[in-house]
Amino acid sequence: MLLIYCPYCEEERSELEFRNGGDAHIARPTNMAEISDEEFEAYFFLRDNPKGVIFERWRHVHGCGRFFNAARDTISDRFLTTYKAGEPKPDLNEKPKTGAEVETYEALEGAAQ
Amino acid sequence: MRKYSVFAVAREALRGHKGWGPHWASPEPRKQYDVIIIGGGGHGLGAAYYLAKEHGITNVAVLEKGWIGGGNTGRNTTIIRSNYLYEESMDIYEHSLKLWENLSQDLNYNVMYSPRGVMMLSHNIHDQQSFKRHINANRLYGIDNEWLTPEQAKAYCPPLDIAKTARYPVNGAALQRRGGTARHDAVAWGYARAASDRGVHIIQNCEVTGIRRDETGRVTGVDTNRGFIGAKKIGISAAGHTSTLMQMVDVRVPLQSQPLQALVSEPLKPIFPCVVMSNSVHAYISQSDKGEFVIGAGTDQYNSYSQTGGLQIITHTLDAICELFPMFRRVKMMRQWGGIVDVTQDRSPIQGVTPVPGLYLNAGWGTGGFKATPGSANLFAHLIARGEPHRLAAGLTLERFRTGRLIDEAAAAAVAH
Repeated sequence: MLLIYCPYCEEERSELEFRNGGDAHIARPTNMAEISDEEFEAYFFLRDNPKGVIFERWRHVHGCGRFFNAARDTISDRFLTTYKAGEPKPDLNEKPKTGAEVETYEALEGAAQ
Repeated sequence: MRKYSVFAVAREALRGHKGWGPHWASPEPRKQYDVIIIGGGGHGLGAAYYLAKEHGITNVAVLEKGWIGGGNTGRNTTIIRSNYLYEESMDIYEHSLKLWENLSQDLNYNVMYSPRGVMMLSHNIHDQQSFKRHINANRLYGIDNEWLTPEQAKAYCPPLDIAKTARYPVNGAALQRRGGTARHDAVAWGYARAASDRGVHIIQNCEVTGIRRDETGRVTGVDTNRGFIGAKKIGISAAGHTSTLMQMVDVRVPLQSQPLQALVSEPLKPIFPCVVMSNSVHAYISQSDKGEFVIGAGTDQYNSYSQTGGLQIITHTLDAICELFPMFRRVKMMRQWGGIVDVTQDRSPIQGVTPVPGLYLNAGWGTGGFKATPGSANLFAHLIARGEPHRLAAGLTLERFRTGRLIDEAAAAAVAH
């Protein structure tokens, strides 16, 4: 299971709270009625499906409910970074952000007796 | 090739089993082939076999970057059925099922095809309506599929809990009696042996790193970690890595690669007589001849090439298995693994020509490729040999995503397959 850092909640949470939203940075054509079949196919169906870094959308459905983007390595499943929706593709050479300590029961209350 | 028979077994038993020899040859690659097939799984090896057997094209190489049958062919849950809804799907899966029925004889290799019946459980009115629609469509098309009451389902598979108070009550089931299982490794090995016998080169540990084309755009061969190998025609049958190969010729394809997990239990005595699938609660289970329960889970929600998946996915499946078959609650699971499946948006496969002359594509079998192995291989060989699709695979083209003529199996059944 993945651990995902939500850039809105500023916290790393389990994948169970998130829903994958497919590829990020795909602009919906504003002139949908006028584009050709080839253009619609490219927008709607064709994907890079990279073996390596993928830019993808996630939605924190069981948290803040907001969409955000992530860069993830599809070979190791490691997240390189996550960033808010609408922000440009980040420079992946920067140091990745990491979440604060996760609030577990044990951390707050001490180990269970 | 030495023919396998009861006499061969008896002869070898007397000679201490020293005379069997390798199943297939491992030759050095030639400089040039008529056809190269990229991907040594069941589909690729089978296509090479049918090219040699039915089309007289024997100057063929199958290039496999790992070992044959080590990808999804060796990682699936070996379920065979043909009870799909649309004619395009029924055509190809039924063609495949008919080939399964005589495959062991055809290959002279026991693929252990076992038509023990595939029972798909219905848990609610939606399931019932959907399954009955499938049953009617199948029977009109000449494919066996029948409706069972809960009591009949229980009689067919005694471990099933049909109590009305169950967490997932069973209100009926669809049964395809000709469906069943086969031994997945034997399918790869049997095709490899029969293809090798007809002159096909099977080249393992040979990863394709580039696809070369001439000035007209036509393919001329592939670069590999063992050097350049020329070919007049190239067939791609590489499952989860199809997108990676198509990037070498700058063609984007409507595929997403996702992990699909399966697991097996400790071996038990025979108790489970058939294959049971529950699409609503997402559980697939059968018992192998070794006694292990073979259990299939769902895909993860994200793209990945990691050949592993989230624990919550298999936990979810085991939750469902324990509710449907309470007697299995204390069975221990032994191994778990993942394969990378290439999924199309309409959940139907792609088999057809590509924009690149001489390059043919067999992909998108997603979560249901094993059952299609003989049929897909047979029709892919036809496509490569003739340069145009067989009538039974005519609807599976890559162009359907442009024309909009999708084969929307996923929405029709509201399930994975």
